[in-house]
Amino acid sequence: MDLSLLSRLNEERAHRRAAVLVTDLQTHTQRLVFESEIARDPLSALLSDALRMGKSGVVETEGHKVFLTVQAPVLRIIAIGAVHISQALVPMAKQLGHDVIIVDPREAFASPERFPDVAVHAEWPDLVLPKLGADRYTAFLMLTHDPKIDDAALNFALKSHAFYIGALGSRKTHGKRIERLQALGFDEQAIKRIQAPIGLNIGAISPAEIALSILGEITAKLRLKPDGAKIGN
Amino acid sequence: MLATDDDLLRQAETWRREGRGVALATVVETWGSAPRPVGSHLVIDGEGTFMGSVSGGCVEGAVVTEALDVIESGTPKILEFGVADETAWKVGLSCGGRISVYVEKVN
Repeated sequence: MDLSLLSRLNEERAHRRAAVLVTDLQTHTQRLVFESEIARDPLSALLSDALRMGKSGVVETEGHKVFLTVQAPVLRIIAIGAVHISQALVPMAKQLGHDVIIVDPREAFASPERFPDVAVHAEWPDLVLPKLGADRYTAFLMLTHDPKIDDAALNFALKSHAFYIGALGSRKTHGKRIERLQALGFDEQAIKRIQAPIGLNIGAISPAEIALSILGEITAKLRLKPDGAKIGN
Repeated sequence: MLATDDDLLRQAETWRREGRGVALATVVETWGSAPRPVGSHLVIDGEGTFMGSVSGGCVEGAVVTEALDVIESGTPKILEFGVADETAWKVGLSCGGRISVYVEKVN
């Protein structure tokens, strides 16, 4: 491998951008495909499946064995609400390899004592989120039950490329939320990005079960194709 | 695990920039109960110093030896290890799996 190729790969990772290194195991030729170029690549379908699974592996193409080194950024979960569900979610998310950031302007909630192992921002979402930024590998969870706080975060999240946006609350609560978002100028397509009620329907009751349902939904959104099919099916 | 393997790619780059001879070994295929998943890396320098793991310790010694050869020649190699291997008693995988490792020089 050329040092220049290796350093481009490392650079993409440092900038939280996905890339796939394609190595022909017969001819030993190598090339790096950036995420933005995958759609136009001759191996486009194979590359996008590999990236969706976040899994390196050998593929066969035109009689050649080719190894795909997949580099996908670590998922970042930004949880709005330093609440009980977030406390349960932090260790589970870490097990899954995700980074978690907690945002809650209520200082009594957003204390390091309640969240010893993660970044906690005791600030308003509209102030702190632009500083944190949000890319395609970011998930937003609105968990405060307080429209003032959740809406401020939604206003930012819906304008970002975040791959997952979930909001806690019943259908009735979400109905009112939709009205408020429409008043802010968001159209139906934008509002449909919000998973509400948040999480997979597994009958979750306890905070830990709700955290599990949210992480399950995030995993599904990450790994399944947009039509809900598993890779390879 | 993934984060660790990515860190190894950074290690490889750092070593190469320091002027060391560097080889990168990558698990490209596994069969059965292989100890380390596809995509795992071992980074080796010209002195035989290594970081990472392709088999959790079973065959690293053999991979390092081959890697020194690859650093010398510049030609990549595909190594296969498993219980069916003739050298199984020496460098086989105790778990009974089989792995294929791609070793390449960082130029």
